[in-house]
Amino acid sequence: MDSLVKSVGLGDILEKVQDGERLSVADGIRLFQSPDLLAVGYLANIVREQKNGNNAYFIYNQHINYSNICTNLCKFCAFGKDKNSDLAYEMSVEDVRQKVRERISEPITEIHMVGGIHPDLPYSYYTDLLQVIKEERPDVHIQAFTCVEIAHLAEISGLGTAGVLEDLKRAGLGSIPGGGAEVFSPRIRELTCEKKLSGSGWLEVAKTAHKLDLHTNATMLYGHIESIEERMEHLDMLRRAQDETGGFLAFIPLSFHPKNTELSRLSRTSGVDDLKNIAVSRCFLDNFPHIKAYWVMIGQKLSQIALSFGADDVDGTVKEEIITHMAGAETEQAMSRDQLLRLIREAGRIPIERDTLYNVINSY
Amino acid sequence: MSNLDPIHQKVLGNERLSEHEALTLFRQGSLYDLGFLAAAIRRKMHPGPVVTYVIDRNINYTDICISACKFCAFYKGPEDAGGSVLSFEDLKKKIDETQQLGGTQILLQGGLHPDKQLEFYEDMLRFIKTTSIHIHGFSPPEICHFARISGLSAAGVIERLRKAGLDSIPGGGAEILADRVRQLAAPRKCSADEWIEVMRQAHLQGMKTTATMMFGHIETLEERLEHLLRIRDLQDETGGFTAFIPWPFQPDNTAYSHLPKATAHTYLKMLAWSRIVLDNVPNIQASWVTQGPKIAQVSLFFGANDFGSTMIEENVVAAAGVTFKLSEAEIRSLVEAAGFVPQQRTMDYSFVTVDEDHRGQKRCQ
Repeated sequence: MDSLVKSVGLGDILEKVQDGERLSVADGIRLFQSPDLLAVGYLANIVREQKNGNNAYFIYNQHINYSNICTNLCKFCAFGKDKNSDLAYEMSVEDVRQKVRERISEPITEIHMVGGIHPDLPYSYYTDLLQVIKEERPDVHIQAFTCVEIAHLAEISGLGTAGVLEDLKRAGLGSIPGGGAEVFSPRIRELTCEKKLSGSGWLEVAKTAHKLDLHTNATMLYGHIESIEERMEHLDMLRRAQDETGGFLAFIPLSFHPKNTELSRLSRTSGVDDLKNIAVSRCFLDNFPHIKAYWVMIGQKLSQIALSFGADDVDGTVKEEIITHMAGAETEQAMSRDQLLRLIREAGRIPIERDTLYNVINSY
Repeated sequence: MSNLDPIHQKVLGNERLSEHEALTLFRQGSLYDLGFLAAAIRRKMHPGPVVTYVIDRNINYTDICISACKFCAFYKGPEDAGGSVLSFEDLKKKIDETQQLGGTQILLQGGLHPDKQLEFYEDMLRFIKTTSIHIHGFSPPEICHFARISGLSAAGVIERLRKAGLDSIPGGGAEILADRVRQLAAPRKCSADEWIEVMRQAHLQGMKTTATMMFGHIETLEERLEHLLRIRDLQDETGGFTAFIPWPFQPDNTAYSHLPKATAHTYLKMLAWSRIVLDNVPNIQASWVTQGPKIAQVSLFFGANDFGSTMIEENVVAAAGVTFKLSEAEIRSLVEAAGFVPQQRTMDYSFVTVDEDHRGQKRCQ
């Protein structure tokens, strides 16, 4: 099969991948532009198996979106709403407690909680959220508040980034999800989310978290108005940051869902582009331990195929996912453990249930 | 990997695999072993970057069926309330709509109705033929059923239907062409031999047909291979198959609803395996109806060179709880985004030329 990769002009990248040599930005652009999806996937699969063998990870988790009220109102988002919108909602601290109690009998190991940039909720609300979750489920790992929310909390608390991270950690925060990265390029941010924290601001928050021993994830929202060069610039900035701190756990490419957004004229991402984003990021991000194919975004079927195109993680059981579904996602809201096991096994991989930090909980 | 090297060499050297080698390739081969080989064969058979599709509508003239197959969510038993037969008037309306959308053919299939005589079907064909649309109709189980009802041979039925306007025969009802499976899942349906014989007779009369396979229920891998080899053998003999369309069983609302659904990984492997084994069937169709647009697009790299049909209407898979919908424009853009050139075709894979302005108008309607 190596000869087939060479025959489509990717022999030099194959050699680099086999020798564990770092790819250049130009290599990444070539992979994105290659018409040969299988060859690109094959390269990514080599890296995937070097790093994670035959393992495919999943987590038993619960998502809570505490409020969709947001002052940023990014053009690619169908979730965020103005405070006065009929569709705006906000959970009280007790509502969140109730959400946790509703599923208290399930073996949930992670609560994933994010929300909008709310104009008036006080800082104490956020620490209270963490505390009630910990009261109800003392052992659960809370992965909450994207770098964008952290920057907002740093501001309203007056504690600064490091100060607020330390304070949230004391209140129960375990790690930080990868959202809000979008595409770092200032051109894209100006056109789609001018009020949002800048790309360099996002990376600063992530690096500060890493220095305080808080792990984070990273994402990229692709398939709207960004160019291939801007995707690669984004990946390059992440790779540099990871060289500095080593605190990123997983990279999660997120496919843009146009429905109900201001960019609804754009079409959905295609399966080929979804797999390419997984594969190129796996090849390029040699210092990221994990690449996640988030099934809520790309569907169960494609996330299974992604396990052969560079991904080693399919996220988890989820339930009640709101953000992508408001943008027209037609995927299910939840997957059972049995469904996940079957999907992974039929892909020829070994299902590993993990916790947030990729410690093995159970191997099937 | 290394024990698959001789298999790779054989396939790339245009040599047929033994049954044992074919089974080894499926069992031990990765998605890449199968994908690379299927893509290589596909490139050999279709050197251009074209991916074809047809604009048509599935018209089911009745859902009343005496076959009661365990994998079917569409049929109504003759004693059930709610079964119906489509009136000629409704038939006409559906065909008019199809033609307005640039459609060139209808896929006309139905249940095995207990009472309708052969003349009824001949009248239906003659009626449809007034629209001059291509009629791709009556799968082998229907032909066998008509033979039983009329006392004619399959060849005799085909001749009568052909004279009444039937243009080609769809490959449905093949399910798995292995009698053990048919006995268990669809005992009242025609046997594997009968299915093959209908296709042989159609080909001998100069008609083109397609072939399908519905996998992922109670069959073994050996039985899937038996199916592929029966198709390949007949194709060696007659050359009358234009395309092969494999798809996974959709269990919801069927008597087999407890069975798990084959996953996308298995689908892509089966598709690629079909491309490799069926070295004499020119076209392999992706099944977006069961797999959705993303996997259907990816399947173009696993041996498929045809996106199937726009299916202005589809009822059978929808009855099993699967409802993907794609317009012609969406099919074209998926094909383009995968780096191929979309091309409308007819049943016999001739290209339909439409000027772009006209296509634009059709989309706007």
